[in-house]
Amino acid sequence: MAYDCTDLSAFEGVMVFCEQRGGKLMSTDFELISEGRKLADERSVELTGVLLGDGVEGLVPELGGYGADRIIVCNDPRLANYTTDAYADVITDVIHEEKPEIFLVGASNIGRDLAPRLAARLHTGLTADCTHLDIDMNKYLDFLRTGSTLKVDDMKWKMEDINLKMTRPAFGGHLLATIICPRFRPCMSTVRPGVMKKAPFDEAKAAACKTTMFDVKLDDAKLKTKVLEVVKEARNIVDLLGAEVIVSVGQGIANDPQKGIALAQELADVLGGVVGASRAVVDAGWITADHQVGQTGKTVRPKIYIALGISGAIQHKAGMQDSELIIAVNKNALAPIFEVADYGITGDLWKVVPMMIEAAKAAKGV
Amino acid sequence: MNIFVCVKQVPDTTGKVAVKDDGTLDRASMATITNPDDLNAVEAALTLRDEIADAKVIIVVMGPPAAASMIHELLAMGADEAVLISGREFGGSDTFATSQIIAAGIKTYGLGEGDIVFCGRQAIDGDTAQVGPQIAEKLGIPQVTYAAGIKYEAGKVTVKRMLEDGYMTVETQTPCLITCIKELNKPRYMSVKGILEFDTKPYYVYDYEKLKDDPLIEADTIGLKGSPTNIFKSFTPPQKGVGQMLEGSGKETVDKLFNILLEKHVI
Repeated sequence: MAYDCTDLSAFEGVMVFCEQRGGKLMSTDFELISEGRKLADERSVELTGVLLGDGVEGLVPELGGYGADRIIVCNDPRLANYTTDAYADVITDVIHEEKPEIFLVGASNIGRDLAPRLAARLHTGLTADCTHLDIDMNKYLDFLRTGSTLKVDDMKWKMEDINLKMTRPAFGGHLLATIICPRFRPCMSTVRPGVMKKAPFDEAKAAACKTTMFDVKLDDAKLKTKVLEVVKEARNIVDLLGAEVIVSVGQGIANDPQKGIALAQELADVLGGVVGASRAVVDAGWITADHQVGQTGKTVRPKIYIALGISGAIQHKAGMQDSELIIAVNKNALAPIFEVADYGITGDLWKVVPMMIEAAKAAKGV
Repeated sequence: MNIFVCVKQVPDTTGKVAVKDDGTLDRASMATITNPDDLNAVEAALTLRDEIADAKVIIVVMGPPAAASMIHELLAMGADEAVLISGREFGGSDTFATSQIIAAGIKTYGLGEGDIVFCGRQAIDGDTAQVGPQIAEKLGIPQVTYAAGIKYEAGKVTVKRMLEDGYMTVETQTPCLITCIKELNKPRYMSVKGILEFDTKPYYVYDYEKLKDDPLIEADTIGLKGSPTNIFKSFTPPQKGVGQMLEGSGKETVDKLFNILLEKHVI
């Protein structure tokens, strides 16, 4: 049957793009498979992953353990490293053949390159950087009851809506918007790394996961990009997503950015954490972008988040408000950061932070 | 050689943001700026133009007529020509529809074999990073995103493409589209000469009439009606429960905080 993106009934199933780099899966893959499992169960359909690389079928059980029913494996030496050309061509072929209703991609630097290219080619909608996904209206309204200020029960809703409801921060994180793609399939979204929760790994599911070897057809004449080398970061990239403690700095360090960052680093070192930063600090060039927390940076949920001299624009709060415990220091008692803080100190960070370092040392016995 | 740069005028979301009662953004009350990543794209284009004989930089903007003030600044920075794509028919476009329109604009101007299109990585109002790759697809040319370094040599472009855990060196050929990140360069300022000369430079306005014969422009591929995605609901998140403001800011207060942390076994 011919492929028709407007024939909604021809599309079925949830499909996840599983990204590998150097033959290793990304942790986003497991988050998306776990989330995809929930969506597939709501629709009582199959959850498949599509995995591209060169000899990557050995990774299938790892994906199965998080809930995938089947992995479509596309092997070719030209797929070992990601290129837009080759990946978009092969995945287009997979989607033409499999016709999934929903297609999810991790919002990594690679996912955000691939997904828009695919959506444009497939003539369908794409929602970027989603932080919440729902199909069932009851579940969506439950989410709105706790996740919005809407008076959900006083409003009229179309309860039979079965579109994927994709929620994302909008306008720099000042608002949240739920987007749908009602007229075309597949419904596509990129999903923020670190937001969806990983399911527990299940050995039985890992063993039961099926493999489909896909017949890769690539035309060298159409491949216009070549990867000359892949270099693992030599500079010290900060692991915000893996950190248990994050000490972040904001515009409050403007008088002496270097000293402010050094103080934050010292406090982070004592507490076994890393240094984060607001967008203003990164935009000013005081620290590299890998430190950025917020809507355009990373979404983090550490055990302790300490915000120093950060006013707390919604853009920043969007990336840290789910931290287990938030401590804020700001000289402005009305700074919005205090709205999400568990403990707040109104004071001058240049005076308070050195005292915090001493207190932390005493508490840690160092 | 034509070097196109796609630029967006955006509300300054880093400052105070006004939200209307219906939960949408009150754009009229907000200052507008040139999207920050796009300035890096402009700089990349100007740098390349300065190295090559017979090259010109063409600014391509989709937006309301009021975007002219921003375009004047970009011409004063040194761009050679500008195209403003503007029309009521284009309003309400999502990224898919927007890329159809901008690609049609570039085709209408004329995209040659040796040409390059630069974009910023993403715009600060939507943060999607989708329009660049979607324009590339609609033009049928290769793309390289997240460029932190660019080398050009006779129809061949080598790009340092950033990843979260390092980078790739990618080689591609013209025509191609490259999206730029702020690590790529430091945008130049307007020059006095540029400010004196900007209004002598070619400035084209492409409306629906001008673009409508391009196959990319159909009633069901542009504007609100041609946008595959729709807003189902927009809303503001609730504030988290009230925390505890500690009194004072001296040593006693800090010690009290750390005692609480110790008692709660969080450190």
